[in-house]
Amino acid sequence: MILAAQDLHLTGRLAGVSLALEPGQITAICGPNGAGKSSLLQCLAGLLEPAAGKVTLGGDALPALHQRTRAQAIGYLPQEGEVAWDVAVRSLVALGRLPHRDRGTAQVEAAIAALDLAELADRPVSRLSGGERARALLARVLAGEPMWILADEPLAALDLAHQLALLRHLRRAADEGAGVVLVLHDLALAMNHADRVIVLSSGTKAADGAPEEALSAAIIEQVWRVPARWLGEPGARALVTS
Amino acid sequence: MTRPVAILLGLIALAVPLSLLAGRVWIDPWSTPNAAAILAELRLPRAILALTIGAGLSASGAAMQGYLRNPLADPGLFGIAPGAALGAVASLWFGFAASPWLLPLFALLGAAGAMALLGLIAGRTAGIALFTLAGMMIASLAGALTSFAISLAPNAFAMSEIVTWLMGALTDRSWREVWIAAPLTLAGIGCLLMAARDLDALVLGEGAARSLGMDPRRLQAWLIAGVGLTVGSGVAVAGIVGFVGLIVPHLVRPLTDRRPTSVLLPSALAGALLVLVADCVCRVLPLVTELRLGIALSLVGAPFFLWLLLRMRRGLA
Repeated sequence: MILAAQDLHLTGRLAGVSLALEPGQITAICGPNGAGKSSLLQCLAGLLEPAAGKVTLGGDALPALHQRTRAQAIGYLPQEGEVAWDVAVRSLVALGRLPHRDRGTAQVEAAIAALDLAELADRPVSRLSGGERARALLARVLAGEPMWILADEPLAALDLAHQLALLRHLRRAADEGAGVVLVLHDLALAMNHADRVIVLSSGTKAADGAPEEALSAAIIEQVWRVPARWLGEPGARALVTS
Repeated sequence: MTRPVAILLGLIALAVPLSLLAGRVWIDPWSTPNAAAILAELRLPRAILALTIGAGLSASGAAMQGYLRNPLADPGLFGIAPGAALGAVASLWFGFAASPWLLPLFALLGAAGAMALLGLIAGRTAGIALFTLAGMMIASLAGALTSFAISLAPNAFAMSEIVTWLMGALTDRSWREVWIAAPLTLAGIGCLLMAARDLDALVLGEGAARSLGMDPRRLQAWLIAGVGLTVGSGVAVAGIVGFVGLIVPHLVRPLTDRRPTSVLLPSALAGALLVLVADCVCRVLPLVTELRLGIALSLVGAPFFLWLLLRMRRGLA
């Protein structure tokens, strides 16, 4: 089911963004600070209403969908990773079943197992490390079995090993048919792990395509105003600035 | 049925017969003269009222803490209790207290007015911060008007009556108060249970909660109705009974998995038990006059609140 945006405008943040996202892929949204990445993601998740333009899921405008239908189809992982009460990991993951109004024990346990959280399932979130917490929050999204996983900077607070582990889980979800959209600041992670990269600049789309094209040295210099070049092989690129 | 719920139900089953017998005069059902009439007309309605008010205030407190994601939230924050108190004070001020239905009716009108104002101000945007600020302003306004009414009391008797009533008590309450408070409180707890799923989603913050299908306007509507009915009816029949809604969810939360849904029902039961026991203590204490329930609970509640603040400060340090 295609998730599409048509000519999205959001005062001061987005100025005419259009795109159509295919499931089964990891799409990275990149851009400098204030480019409108998080706003675009929230519009795609149906959490921000654009001033003009619309977001559609399978051809239906998001506001026309029942809240529950939208919530079942789109899982959203915010940047903040807030957990208000000191709930145990299993209870946290089970919150992902709220749109389905069931306990979803099998899905909850599957999400816990998929993110290697079985040993931590009864541990309160206050006693988790940053990486464990990020995995638990992603497991919450996976437990809802959404068609689309939209995550805002899910890798920002993680060390290299945990970043790669989380990306492996997201790749598995994409391989199983989910659409994965990530806001990423780390261009090397986007280059090496995304199937498609959308570059935003001042609320407009500056580039959209395969990582090698959308994150070319010329685009990086044009958008970030930093001269840079890529080293290494496809899939294992490193960005060097000068 | 969860374990805390079963244990609390058991404790309530033990406490109710005890509360029927306890008092300045202990009742022996077999030898006390008119024991059956005293139990049926005085002690039983008072016990049911204590259970009702405790359950309503605590369920509201649990829901408020879940909504604001703040352990220091209290049902008074929404301005509904001060609104109800203002209504009751107005009836006392005008000397309507002689009519048994008018004081609760005025209090319910005060609560309804606060609920309507809250819905009108905050309902359009549905933001939690605006909603809370609106509630605090209504509480402040109602409090100021109540003080104004006291300062302009037509005579010393009316002033004394108002001040005494504001302290909160279950003294001399009858089945009439039970019929006012119990159905409204039950309906209110029902509204709060309807809000429970959205409160659970809020554990993850507003953005994630909305992505899980939480509708801020629907949630606020259930909360206004739930807190309004439980707290409004409680104040209407017993005056201001503070701290129950703040303390009880804290006592209960560690016994649950800490999700607002899991805390709601045990809080209602623990609140019912606490107010029942506190009312018994008020009756049994050998003082010149019976200790007011509101005072007794505040005397316990304020030190608890301070302990909570100290613990939070240690947590933040």
